[in-house]
Amino acid sequence: MKSLMENQENAIEVKGLTKLYGKTVALDGISFDVPRGGLFGLIGPDGAGKSTLYRILTTLLRPDAGTAVVGGFDSVRDYRQIRASVGYMPERFSLYPDLTVNENLQFFASLFGVRVADNYDLIAPIFGQLARFPDRKAGALSGGMKQKLALGCALIHRPHILLLDEPTTGVDAVSRSEFWDMLATLKEKSITILVSTSYMDEAQRCDRIALIDRGKILDVNTPAKLSADLGENLYAASATDMYPLLLALRTMPGVKRCYTFGATLHVVAGAGFDARKTVDVLAASGLRDVRLFPVKGDIEDLFIKLAGDE
Amino acid sequence: MFRTMSIFTSLIKKETLHLLRDWRTLTVVLIMPVVLLLLFGFAISTEVNDIRVVAVVDRHTDVSRLIMERLRVNSYFTFKGEVPFNEVEGMLRRGETDAAVVLRTDGGEIRSQIITDASNTNMAQTSVAYIESVIGGGGDVPVITSTLYNPQLKSAYNFVPGIMGMIFILICAMMTSVSIVSEKETGTMDLLLVSPVRPRTIILGKLVPYFILSCIILSAMLLLSYTVLGLPFSASALNVVWITVLYITFALSLGMLVSTLVSTRVTALIVSGVLFMLPVVMLSGMIFPIENMPLPLQWLSCVIPARWYIAAVRTLMIQQLPASYVLQEVAILLCMTVGVLALAVRNFNSKGLFNNAEHP
Repeated sequence: MKSLMENQENAIEVKGLTKLYGKTVALDGISFDVPRGGLFGLIGPDGAGKSTLYRILTTLLRPDAGTAVVGGFDSVRDYRQIRASVGYMPERFSLYPDLTVNENLQFFASLFGVRVADNYDLIAPIFGQLARFPDRKAGALSGGMKQKLALGCALIHRPHILLLDEPTTGVDAVSRSEFWDMLATLKEKSITILVSTSYMDEAQRCDRIALIDRGKILDVNTPAKLSADLGENLYAASATDMYPLLLALRTMPGVKRCYTFGATLHVVAGAGFDARKTVDVLAASGLRDVRLFPVKGDIEDLFIKLAGDE
Repeated sequence: MFRTMSIFTSLIKKETLHLLRDWRTLTVVLIMPVVLLLLFGFAISTEVNDIRVVAVVDRHTDVSRLIMERLRVNSYFTFKGEVPFNEVEGMLRRGETDAAVVLRTDGGEIRSQIITDASNTNMAQTSVAYIESVIGGGGDVPVITSTLYNPQLKSAYNFVPGIMGMIFILICAMMTSVSIVSEKETGTMDLLLVSPVRPRTIILGKLVPYFILSCIILSAMLLLSYTVLGLPFSASALNVVWITVLYITFALSLGMLVSTLVSTRVTALIVSGVLFMLPVVMLSGMIFPIENMPLPLQWLSCVIPARWYIAAVRTLMIQQLPASYVLQEVAILLCMTVGVLALAVRNFNSKGLFNNAEHP
């Protein structure tokens, strides 16, 4: 079993995976590979199908079509081997709030038939501060601490593959950053990590990322390459009346795309775009309080771009 | 083997910790049966005690003296003495007495009249019956009543099987289903499944602590019944124990079945509360006698397991009959248990492998 895994070049191989909930297509024939020992990001908005994918990889769901191979094991046929070997951290930090930090850790260790002391070296750097409150109830911990405890529980049996489903949702910025430092450390211990997120800055810290939206993989690439795609001139625009502004901008020279983005508009500028001139023209056309300023692209800009390219 | 055992023990340990940490629920579950027993046993009694009685006698004879003597010594009455007839109505109106016995001698023969305050009909009927039995001694047709098995007509006895029938549904069906479903809801069930532990071990680890809790409550209730409530102890107590264990097994299977069917704690609570608890209280014969129900409800009561359990325990505990008298009830209960357990296991096997709960 072990040798099979070590020979495998990819820790996870997904081919044509499809999952339907009634008539809703959650996953639409997706395929991608996660190389061994890498930090692989799965980026996509809510409802993209990320959690469904995780539930298939962790053998909690049966795919309607396609295969998923995790650590050399088929997710349907060899589900017991997968269950025993991967580390899983579901979307919400699923811990027992009425048990203490230590009790949670002990319990998850015993589920895998290991002792906390044997693998504590792996989680000690993660615990840090948390180690000082062994008797605090998990329910009384802050979001960041819960996240660390959940990661500790997922790692206590020294898995080769770590599946983290949106581990930084609902956690403060400092804890998020710390969390990614920890993942980098774990990667050095040759643990393959598949992590999903909806934050672009987090995606930058992965080796490779897959963009997923509406059950489809849009692109798999390095973050640098994907950022470069976003490196176009991007502007945010606003005025008192947004809708006339949107219509006007779409007719301006050099504007490749213009779309609503939160409370503002985002303008993708091409060659021949002059921001100052554009503002003047718009103001002259009767629009009041026109503002136009450069912004950094977000993951959603990338999705809009990819969706537009299709 | 050792590994499985240690996983199993740690599952049980975890579940026990949940139970102990939720001390409010635990207190309710442990205290409630005791309070119910004592309440039904003493406070909420359908017996009528201390009926206040006055007597109106126009001429004393041996018979009238005898009747007054009986009223005086009977513990069900508080004899308030002899009053003139015209005061009776005033006393009843002011609530100073509950009943009056009027004895008139007419040509050497005593004629009696009973006047009661019927604002509480139950009390009035019972006191009339009591008084009749006291003064009716000289009647032409003597009625001999024998109340078997519960000669003092103690209502406490009656409630013991009913309370047990209710409490085990509450603990086993309601608490286990809520506990399993809550793990589904919070996502910890996913973590339990993504581990080497087999799904059936997880469920067994859930059931065992509640089984133990039920056994503790069973011991407490039996102890109370045979001591405080003064139920006569006999060998049939042992039969009560094993039939109750069967009933507990049934309730646990029911809890497991519910947990395979619903996915939120609230639904689990409603299903166990409305679908199981209400029928146990209303239709099992615990409070309302099945014989008094309209026929359709009587048929409905046949599918309620608590009905058979309560009937069996009544026979064993109160009538103190040997187990051979409850074979029918036990057979029905056994069939129901096997049926529900099979359904729960089938559901569990089809869903337990892949926890197909749709994810939000």
